[in-house]
Amino acid sequence: MISKELFWQNSRQLGTLIGLLLVMIIFWILSPYFMTVSNLLNIAEQTSINAIIAVGMTFVIITAGIDLSVGSIVALSGVALADMLQAGHAGPLAIAVGLMVGALCGLVNGSLISYGKLPPFIATLGMMSVARGAALFYTDGRPISGFNADFRFLATGEVLSIPVPVVLMLFLYGIAYLVLNRTKLGRYAYAIGGNEEAANLSGINTKLVKTIVYGLCGLLSGLAAVVLTARLNSAQPIAGMMYELDAIAAVVIGGTSLMGGEGKISGTLIGAFIMGVLRNGLNLLGISSFTQQIIIGSVIILAVLVDMTLRNDRKPLFGKGLFK
Amino acid sequence: MSLDNSAPMNANTQNDATPSSSGVAANSSEIILEMQKIRKEFPGVLALDDVNFELKKGEVHVLLGENGAGKSTLIKILSGAHQATSGNILLGGHPVHIESPRHAQDLGIGVIYQELHLVPSLSAAENVFLGREKTSPFGFIDTNSLRIATAQILSGLDITIDCATPVKHLGIAQQQMIEVAKALSLDARILVMDEPTSALSESEIKQLFSAIRRLKAKGVSIIYISHRLEEIFEIGDRVTVLRDGKVVGTKAIIEISRAELVKMMVNRELKEQYPRERPPRGEEVLRVDRLCRKGVFKDVSFALHSGEILGIAGLLGSGRTELARAIFGVDPIDSGTISVKGKPQKISSPRAAINVRLGFLTEDRKSQGLVLRLSVKENITLSSLDSWSRAGFIDFRKEEQEAGAYVRELRIKTPHLRQQAMRLSGGNQQKVVLAKWLSSKADIFIFDEPTRGIDVGSKVEIYQLMNQLTARGAAIIMISSELPEILGMSDRILVLRHREIVTELAAGEATQESVMRYALGA
Repeated sequence: MISKELFWQNSRQLGTLIGLLLVMIIFWILSPYFMTVSNLLNIAEQTSINAIIAVGMTFVIITAGIDLSVGSIVALSGVALADMLQAGHAGPLAIAVGLMVGALCGLVNGSLISYGKLPPFIATLGMMSVARGAALFYTDGRPISGFNADFRFLATGEVLSIPVPVVLMLFLYGIAYLVLNRTKLGRYAYAIGGNEEAANLSGINTKLVKTIVYGLCGLLSGLAAVVLTARLNSAQPIAGMMYELDAIAAVVIGGTSLMGGEGKISGTLIGAFIMGVLRNGLNLLGISSFTQQIIIGSVIILAVLVDMTLRNDRKPLFGKGLFK
Repeated sequence: MSLDNSAPMNANTQNDATPSSSGVAANSSEIILEMQKIRKEFPGVLALDDVNFELKKGEVHVLLGENGAGKSTLIKILSGAHQATSGNILLGGHPVHIESPRHAQDLGIGVIYQELHLVPSLSAAENVFLGREKTSPFGFIDTNSLRIATAQILSGLDITIDCATPVKHLGIAQQQMIEVAKALSLDARILVMDEPTSALSESEIKQLFSAIRRLKAKGVSIIYISHRLEEIFEIGDRVTVLRDGKVVGTKAIIEISRAELVKMMVNRELKEQYPRERPPRGEEVLRVDRLCRKGVFKDVSFALHSGEILGIAGLLGSGRTELARAIFGVDPIDSGTISVKGKPQKISSPRAAINVRLGFLTEDRKSQGLVLRLSVKENITLSSLDSWSRAGFIDFRKEEQEAGAYVRELRIKTPHLRQQAMRLSGGNQQKVVLAKWLSSKADIFIFDEPTRGIDVGSKVEIYQLMNQLTARGAAIIMISSELPEILGMSDRILVLRHREIVTELAAGEATQESVMRYALGA
């Protein structure tokens, strides 16, 4: 009973996956160091931070919104957490504080957008500045460094020889998959992104759902901050610059439309890995980071162009779908 | 019941005219525009059927007809926005083919729509000369001369407006005048005005009419579209009535009465059979008492009983959809009460309405009723998801059972439950929306234009569903612009006019004519 429609609905992710495999094969051919277990794990670890942020971004974009403040929230959560650690508080407490700071910033975003009726672009643009400024102000511009080994385990440790951040990432994607596909929250997010007015008229509390979604995005940015701080053994107020662009790129390459209402979390994971593989492969080939930027930017443009073309060919005009 | 299809004067008579050079009065016989045998087909619909229309120089010729009669299609053809499927247009006796709005403009045809096409942040002068600004040798816009030119045009209509302020600071009446000035500056000899007075106050209407009289004196001819009979009789010289895409007749205003006009508008054979089966009327399930919302509706009161279909008729702008939205909690109300099954309720959101078993089938199912990208199943359960979930997780099996049951019961044609809603036909999409409300256990329904844009076969199915619902004790408020539908399916009819209820009729005593008379205030 798998009809053509069902195939097409999932084919975008299949296409992206093929793209990822293609890129990997190309690097495999071009460099002997690429296809080794340790390198692949390295890629996964490097990708994990962006991938974690991209989970939250996926939710936001599905509701037809955008969050430009994730990078700044990473910085603010990071310094809050680091400050707690340095003051001698226990790891779990410090982490909880970091997460809460992130969630709070996200909830403020959500409230401004839902109840204040600000466009998401504007609200999160403002938060981008405010959070960054707060981080700089709080630390006087200086990094906070030097944490104990227990905390750093979060980034440097391994579980069954897989780096902890990778385990965390996979775990999060699993949960995100469940939430998006099997819970009311996920269904409502798709409905709001697809047609907010219809969702509202159907009795969905669109304001509450949107606020929660942005809160979640902030929370996940806070989590990314925890991993980042552990890895670098330091929290910098200037951390996370441009992270929002990488997160959005991962979501978009993964096939989620910026117009909202559709998209799969698996796509985001693949999109994040495409970028991670590109960076890693180009590094191994000794290509300068400036050139890397050009290549990665081009890939993003290409991916979206291809996606739009496919979409136009498949998207049915109203009613035409009956006459195939 | 005969169709009075009086033929308009043909082109030969224009040679009799003695056009006086000074101020052509309305009784001049010079014909400036003729539209002959205009036919316009859209896929599946014949919008205009051999329409003949003529306009004399310096006259105000009113175009009258119900919603959907073909007025705006005819105007769009005249303004170059559409092309007629067949037929001729003659301007001043010469055949023309109006290819585009720009071409229409060049030919001297100006249209003033209800939604004004001005740029809010630019001034009156800048709007009038948009795209044709006079520049100095260095390329700078000569603002001063633009202002003087604009003021001159306006003073010719006896109107004074500050040509320097951004138009968004000006009132609607003045904005309309600027549109007129713009058309005049483009040497329009034919002006089409589409419902020009709908947003104007009494004194502004007087000003508009005096401007129109000045235009007539200058030899400009006006096609005036309006529902307001008082105005038609005040400013019009002749009137052409359209009905279902055909011209019913063209008469001089002084030769016709209001009652006759109404009759021309609606007199049609009720060919379609409406399968209304009236169950015994039950108890009162909804009572609305003196509902008011400033500028939207006033003092609306009515009661609704189980088993009954209450039709709400009225012209566009009479406040019907706004009333529905207020009852459903989408828009706020200023005063008045709503009681559901005897208990007063404060319905402040759609969720609150759904909780008291209300359901709202909106006018535009694609933009308000469905999330097109979601599947049939997901749309059906959109309002009732709580019933199929536990601890936030959706029970897919129960959900599919529920959706499947409705697809079968309502005979929704879809290959499977996961089909995207956008791929269904209009009639089936409407059934999905209805299924959504049935799933949320609604028993008081508001149907806003339930069969708009739906093929005949599906229409009948929807009527039968309405019968089934009321037979089971549900109650339906049906808002419709299709008079036959209102008469055929309602048990009682409320007519709204100018945002108030003007009458309540029992289905047996109502006719198309009487409903339209109340809707127009004739």
